[in-house]
Amino acid sequence: MIGSAGDVLEDDPVGRLKVFVYELPSKYNKKILQKDPRCLNHMFAAEIYMHWFLLSSPVRTFNPEEADWFYTPVYTTCDLTPSGLPLPFKSPRMMRSAIELISTNWPYWNRTEGADHFFVVPHDFGACFHYQEEKAIERGILHMLKRATLVQTFGQRNHVCLKDGSITIPPYAPPQKMQTHLIPPDTPRSIFVYFRGLFYDVGNDPEGGYYARGARASVWENFKNNPLFDISTDHPTTYYEDMQRAVFCLCPLGWAPWSPRLVEAVVFGCIPVVIADDIVLPFADAIPWEEIGVFVAEEDVPKLDTILTSIPIEVILRKQRLLANPSMKQAMLFPQPAQPGDAFHQILNGLARKLPHDKNVYLKPGQKILNWTAGPVGDLKPW
Amino acid sequence: MKQSAGQHPNRRPYSAAVPEEAAALRPPSFLFWSAVHVLCCLVSAALGFRFSRLLFLLLFSPASHHHNHHHHVHLLRQPPAAVIPFPPPPRPDLPPPPPPPTVAGRVGVGRHGIRVRPWPRPDPAEVARAHEILVRLQQEQRLRYGVKDPRPVIVVTPTYARTFQALHLTGLLHSLMLVPYPLTWLVVEAGGVSNETAALLAHSSLPVVHLPFHEDMPVLWNDRHRFEARMRLRALRVIRERRLDGIVVFADDSNVHTMELFDEIQKVQWMGALSVGILAHSAAPDATAKRQQRASEQETSPLPIQGPACNSSGQLIGWHTFNYLPYAKKAATFVGDGVTVLPTKLEWAGFVLNSRLLWKEAEGKPNWARDLDEVGISGEEIESPLDLLKDASFVEPLGNCGKKVLLWWLRAEARYDSKFPSRWVIDPPLEIVVPAKRTPWPDAPPDLPYQRIANEGGHVEKHVSKKVRSYRSKRSSRNKKKHETHVDTQVSEMSSAQEK
Repeated sequence: MIGSAGDVLEDDPVGRLKVFVYELPSKYNKKILQKDPRCLNHMFAAEIYMHWFLLSSPVRTFNPEEADWFYTPVYTTCDLTPSGLPLPFKSPRMMRSAIELISTNWPYWNRTEGADHFFVVPHDFGACFHYQEEKAIERGILHMLKRATLVQTFGQRNHVCLKDGSITIPPYAPPQKMQTHLIPPDTPRSIFVYFRGLFYDVGNDPEGGYYARGARASVWENFKNNPLFDISTDHPTTYYEDMQRAVFCLCPLGWAPWSPRLVEAVVFGCIPVVIADDIVLPFADAIPWEEIGVFVAEEDVPKLDTILTSIPIEVILRKQRLLANPSMKQAMLFPQPAQPGDAFHQILNGLARKLPHDKNVYLKPGQKILNWTAGPVGDLKPW
Repeated sequence: MKQSAGQHPNRRPYSAAVPEEAAALRPPSFLFWSAVHVLCCLVSAALGFRFSRLLFLLLFSPASHHHNHHHHVHLLRQPPAAVIPFPPPPRPDLPPPPPPPTVAGRVGVGRHGIRVRPWPRPDPAEVARAHEILVRLQQEQRLRYGVKDPRPVIVVTPTYARTFQALHLTGLLHSLMLVPYPLTWLVVEAGGVSNETAALLAHSSLPVVHLPFHEDMPVLWNDRHRFEARMRLRALRVIRERRLDGIVVFADDSNVHTMELFDEIQKVQWMGALSVGILAHSAAPDATAKRQQRASEQETSPLPIQGPACNSSGQLIGWHTFNYLPYAKKAATFVGDGVTVLPTKLEWAGFVLNSRLLWKEAEGKPNWARDLDEVGISGEEIESPLDLLKDASFVEPLGNCGKKVLLWWLRAEARYDSKFPSRWVIDPPLEIVVPAKRTPWPDAPPDLPYQRIANEGGHVEKHVSKKVRSYRSKRSSRNKKKHETHVDTQVSEMSSAQEK
């Protein structure tokens, strides 16, 4: 019995919606990518691959009058430091500049003030455009995007940076690389709990308690001597293989609640143990995360071993069966070229489910809702 | 992983970048604030902790002021970052500290306590439960991805009570206990059922059928090979009588089997053949013989493997048998003469059969198999399982057409003049005892005449020095299991290394 996790995953978006792709000058996309091709491999690469997918997808239309959704290809997460981390400081201005462009050259933005437009903002806190949570909350979502649909990796309930109607997507993980590290499925799973990563971020939070809200440190302090927990800060070359030999993989929050670990766990059949209060997981309306993963409250981390060992064996077997469903794994990936049921299609399905647009989406002539001068002064500088 | 690394170490390396933004401030306020900052740093350095957070909490925290104050002081009382180079020591917050000032219903940003339970050690009951879970999950994995509809395994082993029986049977027993399929072990014992063998077999949790064979094991190897064939035939007859179902494996007690063998044989339809590695080469022969052997091997270099030979399309076309010639002069003739034992042309160990081939009537039983009742009567000599068939071309090659060696054939018996303690119990006590203070490794001896020490099959020859001869002979009278002879070799190698 292959776990059936909802046929919503297998919906075909073709024919259910039409997307118009704005032609922006290459300084918004191609030139940025040319300057730093590392953007194709990091976990924010979804914004680029989504653009490429839409350019050649059957849902694309060249006639904006019949389009249901409008896509603006602007790579806001491609300004990288030498060590490869994206700097979000210019992103608000870049986004604002792109919106100004599309609102002056096409009438469709002004028609709805962006309510039938969607943007891919895969950075840490989405359209809040900052890596530090306090600053991100302070900024809030970019004012211009208040009515648009945001496709982002960040998801946390009751948080300023997640607005209603956003589509949460998984971070980008390289599908071919994961494919090459597959081991035979009959290799017995002998590791009970597996985790590789930081517990303390000594560089940015030396006293502990800020990073991961203390949850990762709690995992380390409670379970570093526990033989069932294979946890360390190593970077082994056999990371992918090890995940395939583990039953549970911890996916605790870091500076942001999401991480590529979730994708890796699903692809490798390791039950994800999500330790992030109020997190909103990717495609939550299509994937039954409660049935696949284990959710542990941050305050329950000291009891993690009791929690995991007291899960009934039938429940664990069921979770493994559901995880083994190939459509589940496919929905987490951004393969090149796109395949049916993959994350691109799930995004389109999500967009299709929001159709038809509400009538109040279309503004009456002369009506204005957005304030073009709102937001921090620095954002108003042209890009 | 690069990706996850992306999340952490240098997550915020731009604390340098941040002041950039602040640099837009006008000079006077800039000077004022930097002066305040310097003052605060000095105060913190004097106090020994960052008091700014404390101030904030005292000023801005909501209800239970006093309670908060107490806990947060506890939380903050730690050496400043400059002093600890590494993750701070755990702070067991026995009562979990109150969360930082949060807006109702939201998970707050800010410092949280690190919750550690008072005794963060594994609970043995939970560990046991986790292992149970793992066992069950692995079982399920095997069901899902392993062999579909596994058939039981019937193992046929001829044996008899002798010095090295304990050694061989223990090894085989452990291998069979690891087999993940239902298994029946038919042990045929020459000389009738004995207590020694029964005691050894009782150690396993396997279903054992202990069959007596009321004739004694012959001493000459050639006779013995034939005798063993008759013993196996006896077991096959029992299988036929009792209509045991499964795959018959001929596991000789001194052979070594891989676990993959048992997975591979599940593929057999009626009769299969595997490649067997023949361990007929002595491990450390004396120098002249070695040179000769190397030379001869370079000329002929026969692979000491017996098994099926296939053509390029994977069909059986013939057999690899064992090439005697390089070993002919040194072959053992009688059991315990301390020289290499050679196998027959095709050993039984390399064949497996579906037990239904032996039954009187079985559905789908092929007509190229002889009826078991007609085999072995009126003095017919059975040499290999191929004699059970009318036509040998239907045998299926297993193990990637014989390319994978799944088991090793070996015969190793104690030398006829060896003095192993009977039943491996030291009684009466040893006559020579080495005092504990003396180191086991002697001083470097100059010359190394060779001395053969009592062992079996000539597999290991010792390099011994004159000086340590007395030591050696002392050790030889002690309990000398086969693996210890290897330890001795290592010791002697070490001593020869020390010499250099």
